[in-house]
Amino acid sequence: MKAVYKKPEVLKNPCFHFCPGCHHGTVHKLVAEAIDSLNLKDSALAVIGVGCGVFLYDYLDVDSLEAPHGRGLAVATGVKRVRPERIVFTYQGDGDLASIGMAESVHAANRGENVTVIFVNNTIYGMTGGQMAPTTLLGQVTTTSPYGREFHRDGYPIRMAEMLATLEGVALSARVSVCTPKYLFDAKKIIKKAFEMQLDNMGFTFVEVLSSCPTNWNMSSMDALNRVKEEMIPFFPLGVFKERKMPDVL
Amino acid sequence: MKKTEKKLTIHKERCKGCQICVLYCPKKALSIGEKLNKLGYRYVVLSKEDACTACGICAEMCPDVVIEVWRDNE
Ligand SMILES: Cc1ncc(C[n+]2csc(CCOP(=O)(O)OP(=O)(O)O)c2C)c(N)n1
Ligand code: SF4
Ligand code: SF4
Ligand code: SF4
Repeated sequence: MKAVYKKPEVLKNPCFHFCPGCHHGTVHKLVAEAIDSLNLKDSALAVIGVGCGVFLYDYLDVDSLEAPHGRGLAVATGVKRVRPERIVFTYQGDGDLASIGMAESVHAANRGENVTVIFVNNTIYGMTGGQMAPTTLLGQVTTTSPYGREFHRDGYPIRMAEMLATLEGVALSARVSVCTPKYLFDAKKIIKKAFEMQLDNMGFTFVEVLSSCPTNWNMSSMDALNRVKEEMIPFFPLGVFKERKMPDVL
Repeated sequence: MKKTEKKLTIHKERCKGCQICVLYCPKKALSIGEKLNKLGYRYVVLSKEDACTACGICAEMCPDVVIEVWRDNE
């Protein structure tokens, strides 16, 4: 019989440690599907940030490096520059990429490093127990904003995909979600496109995936899906904010 | 006309009972069963086998790669 859906080949171990309903698993699957469909098993090199996605190397059968918290794009820059034939991607959370690693991330994007970023935005620090992240929504209760995020004190949530789209070095900047089948199929296409653009030496490709963290949102997985739809997407709109058609070479 | 062959493989040992597949199955063919798996979760079951069209949506949406879907279209 023909497979309508089967486990991606490169996903060597699908026994994820994630909480029930956590979208990290879904994002792992989409990355694995992109690697399979472009035949990148031997060339892909994952640079993994610190956060709940930290065990990606246990699940995907690709070479991988573990970067210090926030420094994924500094590590990816080094790897890609000495091994330009490798398809280098980082997998980072919002605490990792947009808080402690903001400087490394923005400068790598600005330099137009030819790497791909899978940015999992769940509006919270998942792994460490639910602290406020730069992406935490106004009013959102976290362990470090017990009365809700308030802009006078905490600033506004940062829209990374839009912000990076303003930089000349960026080839692709998009935001996707996996909370409905339609959004999931769109996400699949964009993640694949990001890898294809790296293969074509287009420069920095960035895909932000809106994700749920039922545990630290104190919600059931069903309520968490609704939160992505009703609270996150209105503030973090889905779409492609920049897509370059030509490589950036003079 | 030959009947379409279809098959759902449910790796129940990794199901976490999150219900995402149940929510999105267009035929409402899935439900969460009564029994617990080794992880301690009530796992998903194909409760209306005849209703299932092997569309694959449940498998696509499952965060834990629990479901695989097969179809023979001759
Ligand atoms: C240098 C350093 N500072 C702090 C930490 C603690 N730490 C581990 S994960 C994490 C944040 C994780 O949040 P995020 O990146 O949003 O990923 P998530 O777990 O939500 O997927 C922090 C602060 C660390 N490991 N290293
Ligand atoms: S804490 Fe949140 S991000 Fe981490 S595995 Fe659980 S649900 Fe996912
Ligand atoms: S394959 Fe389609 S119809 Fe069958 S259980 Fe899954 S979602 Fe429902
Ligand atoms: S989506 Fe996956 S983990 Fe969740 S109930 Fe369905 S089969 Fe189980």
